[in-house]
Amino acid sequence: MAESRRWQDELYDLLRRNNVTQFAYVPDAGHRILIDRSLADPGAQSVALTTEEEGVALMAGADLGGARGVLLMQSSGAGNCVNMLSLIKGGHFPFLTLVSMRGDFGEGNPWQFPMGQAVEPILKEMGVIVVRAERPDEVIPTVSAAITMAFQGVNAVAVLLTQKLLGAKAF
Amino acid sequence: MAEIDFAAAAANGFILDRRTAVPALIGRHQDFLFVTGLAGTARDIAALTQDGTHIYTMAGAMGGAVMIGLGLALARPDKRVLAVTGDGELLMNVGALATVAILNPANFAVLCVDNGHYGETGYQKSHTSLGVDLEKMAAGAGIELTRTVGAESELAEGARMLRDGNGTAFVVLKVTPTDPPAYKRNFDLAACRERFRGALLG
Repeated sequence: MAESRRWQDELYDLLRRNNVTQFAYVPDAGHRILIDRSLADPGAQSVALTTEEEGVALMAGADLGGARGVLLMQSSGAGNCVNMLSLIKGGHFPFLTLVSMRGDFGEGNPWQFPMGQAVEPILKEMGVIVVRAERPDEVIPTVSAAITMAFQGVNAVAVLLTQKLLGAKAF
Repeated sequence: MAEIDFAAAAANGFILDRRTAVPALIGRHQDFLFVTGLAGTARDIAALTQDGTHIYTMAGAMGGAVMIGLGLALARPDKRVLAVTGDGELLMNVGALATVAILNPANFAVLCVDNGHYGETGYQKSHTSLGVDLEKMAAGAGIELTRTVGAESELAEGARMLRDGNGTAFVVLKVTPTDPPAYKRNFDLAACRERFRGALLG
């Protein structure tokens, strides 16, 4: 837990240093610290969504106004985004999402597998570049690379925070 | 092509003509940044602004207009942002009203041009012709400033709400199910992004 808190806090600081101000999310345990930090940060806008596709559209709006955002979601939310990603792909909007994985390494809940295993191919089909972080020491360099690819390279990029990294939820 | 029942629409309060009511509600369009939904509202605002650089119109990704508007409003608190969407587009992502309500940005307003139909696909009835009340849904979501405009006498109050800065306003404009203005706008969503950002950000 202590180690998890360390990389998550570093991750929040990395995003803020790179001028990410809009933090949009459907809550997930894997993003708890980022969400809490954004809520406590007067320089950030913490946007609780009812469904992840709202966040895709929000990111496009942020870009139209010259701001940067990040969509924090669980793997199940990736499926909720699919048609809205037409906006990102067709509009050549920069887009950054951090996906906390379920239905992945060590998963015990059978409901999580269909979407969890489909996250990468579905996002790729919609034009999103997918990178993975498997270990705590990979998170900062991977997200740092993703920030550059998304906002400087003007791409859609998803960082999968895998269950090897986050640990599988116990049932 | 579905038969449009104009008498039933009128009996349910869908009376105003969008071609005159939308411009009347908005007034000086240069005072706003616009995000619109698909089809009808895109044409309403493209015609009003001559497809101006201060509008971003959609022609797909249905359900995104309010949230694009919210992201823009949060990014630019110094500008008034108006999301103009139809009943069908809003119904596809009606939860966005809840997301807007909890943030309640003062520089944001949502105008729903409600004709009770899916005009683009042959005027099939939408839920709002069948008893669904979007103003009540917005109020139930927690948006405090809501109003339905169904008569010419109500346009001035609706127009005022779209411009006031006391929190996010939600205005339903009920209109008869007739076509929006014919206007050929730019459908290239990447070019429109560049155009919008170029005008706003330099």
